[in-house]
Amino acid sequence: MRLTYPDSIRIIRLPCTGKIDVIHMMEAFRKGADGVYVAGCLEGECHYLAGNLRAKKKVEYTRKLLDEIGIEGERIEMYGIAASDGPRFAEVAKEMHEKIMDLGPSPVKRVVRKGVPS
Amino acid sequence: MIVGERKPFDEIVGFVRDCKKILIAGCNECVTVCCAGGKKEVGILSSALKMAFSKEGKDLEVKEVTLERQCDPEYVQQLSEYYDQYDAIVSMACGVGVQELAMSYQDKLVFPALNTNFMGASQGQGVWEERCQGCGACVLGRTGGLCPIARCAKSLLNGPCGGSMNGKCEISKDVDCVWQLIIDRLTGLNQLQMLEDIFPVKDWSCAGHGGPRKVVREDLKS
Repeated sequence: MRLTYPDSIRIIRLPCTGKIDVIHMMEAFRKGADGVYVAGCLEGECHYLAGNLRAKKKVEYTRKLLDEIGIEGERIEMYGIAASDGPRFAEVAKEMHEKIMDLGPSPVKRVVRKGVPS
Repeated sequence: MIVGERKPFDEIVGFVRDCKKILIAGCNECVTVCCAGGKKEVGILSSALKMAFSKEGKDLEVKEVTLERQCDPEYVQQLSEYYDQYDAIVSMACGVGVQELAMSYQDKLVFPALNTNFMGASQGQGVWEERCQGCGACVLGRTGGLCPIARCAKSLLNGPCGGSMNGKCEISKDVDCVWQLIIDRLTGLNQLQMLEDIFPVKDWSCAGHGGPRKVVREDLKS
């Protein structure tokens, strides 16, 4: 297909999105990510039955937490993408990239520009 | 277990606003089980506080530790070697744990990160309900094992009030009328006659109305 997606996206692979936890998403932001999105299987098609549904709830929880801290909750998102759907994967990557570009750098990063916080 | 939930984030930030180094202490018991103050929640609070400080251009150094229990001195003492390196301790235990830290470390500010809610039981993932008020004179033997003190909005001892409708309490359609549950259960056990005994006036002196309570076991005392 030779599809392209923005080079700002860094992929972290998981065996299932059900493995992701709030702390993983929080630490991504703390270490300087401007946005995070979780790309899971389509709802109803999780091989482990509910992994993507659990991930969705954890993303929602993290969004509320970010809002509490004063970091825009829209910087985190959950998408359902079929493993075989390359075009949709590239489309979501572009969509998220544009959304984050519109929002600008994360408020954490704006101050910590000197380097990645320890 | 004792059930708690995290305080609003702004309130916690307000406690430590002027600190540069803090110690966040979790507890491995009840608050771990109710997902409010265990190792995982300590990590999340630590991450959130660091971000909140970074956002304002300030640094915050955080030491994360989760004690086996904060309600026993032998575990609380584990902080003694390094607690003095920090400006304050934020406890993610219940109110008991916070106080044990405060009493043990007189020269250190100790702040709570949780609101302690009640003694309760898990009703499925992410749901906890109150089951005991620690009244000090348990009536469960006369009520089919279901507590009218903790679970009746009026703590009635001799049957439901007029607000019991279709098995629900008048305070909310989501709250079961515990007297309905008691009657249903005793009916099922063919023991409904137990309720014909009038409850005597309850002794509330052991329920905290006589001041802080204490249990002493002479056989166990050192």
